[in-house]
Amino acid sequence: MNTPGGVTDGPTDEHWIDPEIIRPYVVTRGRTQPAHGRFDLISMALAVGPLPGPDAGLDPEHLSILRLCREPKSVAEIAAHLDLPAGTIRVLLGDLFDRKLVSAQEPQSEVDMRDVNMYRAVLDGLRSL
Amino acid sequence: MAFDRSERPRLPTAIKILIAGGFGAGKTTLVGAVSETRPLRTEEVLTDRGIGVDDVSSVEGKRTTTVAMDFGRITLSTDYVLYLFGTPGQERFWFVWDELAEGSLGAVILADTRRLADCFPSVDYFERRGTPFVVAVNCFEGSPTFEVAEVRLALQLNPSIPIILCDARKRDSSREVLIALVKHSAKLRAEPVAP
Repeated sequence: MNTPGGVTDGPTDEHWIDPEIIRPYVVTRGRTQPAHGRFDLISMALAVGPLPGPDAGLDPEHLSILRLCREPKSVAEIAAHLDLPAGTIRVLLGDLFDRKLVSAQEPQSEVDMRDVNMYRAVLDGLRSL
Repeated sequence: MAFDRSERPRLPTAIKILIAGGFGAGKTTLVGAVSETRPLRTEEVLTDRGIGVDDVSSVEGKRTTTVAMDFGRITLSTDYVLYLFGTPGQERFWFVWDELAEGSLGAVILADTRRLADCFPSVDYFERRGTPFVVAVNCFEGSPTFEVAEVRLALQLNPSIPIILCDARKRDSSREVLIALVKHSAKLRAEPVAP
């Protein structure tokens, strides 16, 4: 058994787990992989439809994600805003994707890096900053 | 593209550029100078074996490390969003670099002329991986002034790799660095569209 509060810094503290490490797994109920799909750090997510009510069976973190994603946001941005590791956000996004509450867009792939139109769009965008 | 843009969901495609270089070279400064918000931070929780966040079955008894990455966002258009990721400094986090480098448009290696050798590992890494990169020499006040040719010689860089003098605190200067990288990457990788 772990004994929270048993803080020592010697080599005998092998039962101590930092609460900061535990929180992400409590939020996902121990799950470490999304139910479906693979979310890259810069996969984009957008909330679909109105925010579900309290009877929808969603956790507060799910609702926070939906509120954030009224505008397109990446996994990395969601993680930064909610102060949770990206791995946790992937699991929660998987839940929302399953329930069709978010749509997602995979990032530009290595193959698409040959698309000359993409380079033009990026250059135009940077020049107009 | 053949399909009607108006039919698509309003979800842009994300592109990423890596900002590498030694500790204190100005990575987060550059990210902050060109991004539309202050730099954000995302964290991945890793065990000391580098297994990563996906395996907590035996987390007990292992030390955990949090790898923090600073990043920024630039909304380029309704179709594209650009993310700039400052790469974690320590070399023991190479495996994080691999995930970041996958599918990236390219990398900016920031060089501090007071510690030019600090960017050797980044140069080696991106050369080996075949990721397009440019070297941006961050000209701090009071730092030794180098000629581009001297930097090229010191880093043993191929003549085709652009070297840009910049001030990472300035938006316009940092933007020029990104433009140089995008042009360089396009030259190496873009395929002309059939007329």
